[in-house]
Amino acid sequence: MQKQLIAAFIVGLVFGIGLLVSGMANPAKVLGFLDLAGYWDPSLALVMAGAIAVGVVAFRFAGTRERSFLGEPMRLPNRQDVDKRLVLGGLGFGVGWGLVGFCPGPALVALGALEAKALVFVAAMLAGMGLYELLERRRS
Amino acid sequence: MTIDWAAFTPWSALAGGVLIGLAATLFILLNGRIAGISGIVGGLLNPTKGDIAWRLAFVLGMLLAPAAWVLFTQLPEIRIEAGYPLIVVAGLIVGISTRYGAGCTSGHGVCGISRLSPRSLVATLAFMATGFMTVFVARHLIGA
Repeated sequence: MQKQLIAAFIVGLVFGIGLLVSGMANPAKVLGFLDLAGYWDPSLALVMAGAIAVGVVAFRFAGTRERSFLGEPMRLPNRQDVDKRLVLGGLGFGVGWGLVGFCPGPALVALGALEAKALVFVAAMLAGMGLYELLERRRS
Repeated sequence: MTIDWAAFTPWSALAGGVLIGLAATLFILLNGRIAGISGIVGGLLNPTKGDIAWRLAFVLGMLLAPAAWVLFTQLPEIRIEAGYPLIVVAGLIVGISTRYGAGCTSGHGVCGISRLSPRSLVATLAFMATGFMTVFVARHLIGA
């Protein structure tokens, strides 16, 4: 268990540093990508291209293994159905993303950089996630 | 469309992307998990036994990334132009919809597309589309 915790910490750290290097921890830069009709900054597309180029190889390899190197089960999602929740959730997320330029990862990194606005964003995001849990509990 | 060549940072974007891909690689190969931030954080709000510590460790790593960064060099600019009311609204929307849609830019956009998942491709197209539309409306229709 200890090793898995250290691994999770290091992964979070590397992910956060990747966001800083890429410039994506800066909402102004993200909005520069989302502003197709203005002066467009294509950087975000290259961030995704770089990440996916590595990820494609990694996940293809992961799919051939029964267990992870630390002996964990491979928790690869296997759902294939495109349902209403997925589409509406995706559409809604894009609106929130475009309003400020924050998605969850960069918001956490900006919070770590002690940005007051990131603290408020993360608090509101947690409230939204909590609201989801409440609604789900009422549904079941 | 006019490309903003002054703002475009292709090499750091690619390098940062590779690091993000590397993080996702380590997570699946070591812990057997998908590096999806909204799912990792959201799981903390419906805690089950034995499923909390790794999430906290991951989040702590992300929060400490800027601290690790400043040991070597100055932090890059983080400019948040939106005012507080808009930030609260956006945060709420991002929180609830990433949980409904089962992922965000990391889980769907990076990991899901890397897995060639049709669900993630649909989700990514959906949030990119409304992301573009939202900025278009905010900047060019309502217009600041």
